[in-house]
Formats: sequence, structure tokens, C-alpha cells
Amino acid sequence: MAQVLVVTSGKGGVGKTTSTAALGAALAHDGAKVVVIDFDVGLRNLDLVLGAERRVVFDLINVINGVAKLPQALIRDKRLETLYLLPASQTRDKDALTEDGVARIIDELREKFDWIICDSPAGIERGAALAMRYADSAVIVTNPEVSSVRDSDRIIGLLDSKTAKAERGERIDKHVLITRYHASRAARGEMLSVDDVLEILSTPLLGIIPESQEVLRASNVGSPVTLNNPLSAPARAYFDAARRLKGEHVAMVVPSESRGILNKLFSRKAA
Amino acid sequence: MSNAVRQRHSLMFRPRSYTAFAVTPQPPIVDWLSDLDASLVRSESFFAGHHVALDLSAVNLSSNAIGQLVSKLEERNVRVLGIEGVDPARWQPGLPPVLRSDRVPRIVESPRPTEPDAPTHAPDPLPPPKQKPASLMIEEPVRSGQSVVFLEGDITIVGSVGSGAEIVAGGSIHVYGALRGRALAGATGNARARIFCHRVEAELLAIDSYYRTADEIDDSVRCRSAQAWLEGEQLQISTMN
Repeated sequence: MAQVLVVTSGKGGVGKTTSTAALGAALAHDGAKVVVIDFDVGLRNLDLVLGAERRVVFDLINVINGVAKLPQALIRDKRLETLYLLPASQTRDKDALTEDGVARIIDELREKFDWIICDSPAGIERGAALAMRYADSAVIVTNPEVSSVRDSDRIIGLLDSKTAKAERGERIDKHVLITRYHASRAARGEMLSVDDVLEILSTPLLGIIPESQEVLRASNVGSPVTLNNPLSAPARAYFDAARRLKGEHVAMVVPSESRGILNKLFSRKAA
Repeated sequence: MSNAVRQRHSLMFRPRSYTAFAVTPQPPIVDWLSDLDASLVRSESFFAGHHVALDLSAVNLSSNAIGQLVSKLEERNVRVLGIEGVDPARWQPGLPPVLRSDRVPRIVESPRPTEPDAPTHAPDPLPPPKQKPASLMIEEPVRSGQSVVFLEGDITIVGSVGSGAEIVAGGSIHVYGALRGRALAGATGNARARIFCHRVEAELLAIDSYYRTADEIDDSVRCRSAQAWLEGEQLQISTMN
């Protein structure tokens, strides 16, 4: 049974696109058929993070307008054969998205994929509203700071009222993913702690992604961090989060990155 | 620095809502006026003591015609409090002020003609008010950007109220969780309303339009369970237990 998952946050720049790519790749890595959809019409980025920007021919808006068929617009990842991208249009804006068009595409994708991951644009307007509209579950990406947490709270309120599932009286599954977490800064009180964030949002935790240079490094080479360096701290945290999405029970630890890979190899030998 | 601080009365602007009959004339006005006359004959006291707002959205009148209509109504002892549904450009000095209501006009039926042989008595102008529950129970967190308004009585929230959320109650507000947003109790002018919360981190607390912002909430109560009430014109906050 296909799962439609929206990755959303309200606030911009918290790591929605990075998380979409990383979770999509982690799920596809285990053999699931995954499609990631970029809903950020006009400001697309997911194609860059996945390294597919040079293979975009048709996009989401073309499919909505009937210019292209869905299979023509889907781009298969070069590294994982079960990972697909449906890119956004860069030349149009969010008004080009229609509710019927999005519903049609999601329905068609449900028949072919195990996971349909919708990368929401920032904000609460049309693009974000349609990205979450047909979701079964949601990942709310939050940075441990007050403005991001408040925006996430706002988005959770919308998920509980404006999605098709909520309007049918059902409940959408919600998970908080804390990104750019810095354990030592949180300990010094320069960041909200994980407990603070969860207390404010009263929503279950999907994972804690540590702040890391690896994330930037991966997006610069056009690769999800889970593929670029699977042993890095953020990649391991995303793999754990993906397993939790599948319903597995994985103990919640913040992968530390104070030790480099060399250190890790040495310590492993010593052990 | 001078020590003499002049005592000043603080200016108070309080939003307050009133109930008025909205009367919506239908074209042609002459016929409508004679219908009105007919129903006034049946029930002289229908408008007695009531404010009347004249909703002109169904007709298209010049400012002179509006003035004539208002005076025709006054001849019939119908006092017009304000007019709505009219282009503000048509307004002239001498006319009642232009009102704006954001609610869908609700039509109160005028008294029906009484049966010829029935005993004549003034029919009750309003249907008896329905018994509504005077409290509202919310069993999930109120999220940022959400607004809960219940002017008929108390609001109880089992959960937290997020920063940027707003709770407006005619009566008291009870929050069994952290109150991080704004809480306005006694919003219809009830000075005896109170705010109770499990943990106060509010952005604003108000009772009957007397308020305190987060800055004015003492650190000694912050993040503790607390209640707020009015003492005269002072909003008091104290911890509980």
C-alpha cells in the first residue's frame, strides 16, 4: 500500500529538500520504490540535490497541464534504480498547481510506488497547501530554535485541518525531524533542547540530524547525504529515521560527529 | 529628572459589540414601506427599544434617497443606528454612520399576520434563545495561528496553546498545558472571568480588555501554574499551589 508522505516545515532553509532527498534515498536503498516530488514550483532545488538537473525534460506542471504524460516526466536516479524524481517547473509559479491536477498525479503514482514523498515549499500558501493536501503522513522538519518551532506548530495545525485526510475526519500521522542539531550548543543553552522542541510541538520524534559539513558537501556534488557518505553522522541519522518511518523500532541516539572516520576506524580496531 | 510624575488617566479603548436588528429594505421602497407599516400596525412595539441597522445592500439609493428613507423610518419611530451595505462615497453628513459587519446577515422574521379571529397580542419579536452549552472543551493542542473564539462562556483546553495562537472567551479560560499564546477572557465585558493555566508562558493575558503582555508578567510566576484575575483595573497574576 503506497504511503504519501509530505516533508514540510513552514519556515524556509531548515532542510526540507535535504531531508526529502536523504529519506527518499534511504528508503529506496532498501529496495522500496520511491518517488520524490518537488512542489517548489518556480524555485526548484530537489533536482540539484539529487544531481538530476541536467536530465529534466518535463515537469510537474507539464503533467498537470497534460503537455506530458507522467512516465515521461519521471527521472530515474543514476545510483538507485528504485528512486525517481518528479521535478518542479522553474519557469512557472505556484498558481500553476491545481488541486485536481495534483490529486490525479498522486493517484497515478500510488499505483506504481511504495513511497511518494512530497517536498513542500516554505510558507503556508498554495504550494505548501497542495504538497500536504493528499498526504497520509507528514515529516515536519524543525531546527532547534524558536522561530522554526513556532512555524512548525502552525504547519501541524494546518496538517490537522486542511489536508484531505483531516477533512474526512481521519488523522494524519505526524513526525518531527529535528535537523541542524548541535548537542554541545544545546547543552550550553544556545539552542532549544530536543525535549523543549517536543514539548512545544507535542508530536512524536522521527529523528535528530546533527549539524554537519557532510550535508553541504553532499548537496554540492548533487547527491543525497545518505548516498554520498552513508557512514557520516547525518546519513546514519537519516537511515535510522527512514527505518522508523517504516515502523521499525530504532533506539533514538544522536549520531555524534566529533570523531572523524579515521578515528572511528581506529577505535573500532582497538575495541 | 523631575520627581513630579503627573498622574494621568490612561486612555481606554474597548471593543464592544452590541446586538442590533438589521433591516433590509427590498425594492421597490414604496411597497416595502407599506409592508413595514402593515407589520407595525400588527405589532407597534416590534422595534421599541431596539437599535436598528439599515442594510441597504438590496437596493441602490442615492444619498438623498437614503436620507429620505431614514427620516421616513424615524417618523415611524424606528431609530436607525447606522447604515451598511452602502458605498461609503454615498455617505453624507447628516446620515447615520456607515457600519461594517463581517457576518452573513441573519434575518429575523417580522411578526406574521395574526389570524383575524385570534386574540390580538403582540407576538414575541424574537424566538426564545436556544439553550447553548456555556463551555467549550478542546482536547488537543491549539497550534500557532489558530484562534479559538467562544463568547458564550468558558473555554477549557486539555493541551497546550502555542505561541501565536489566540483564545478568546466570554467567560474564563482554563488551559491544562502550557499557555504560550494569547488568552483573552471575559471578552464580552465580564470582569469576573479568570484565566487558569498549568504553565504560564503567555504572550498576552487579558480580562475584560485589561491586559498584560509577556514583558509585564513577573518572572516569579513565569513557567509555573498560575491564575489571572481582575482587581479593579489591575490584572493580577499569581501562582497556584
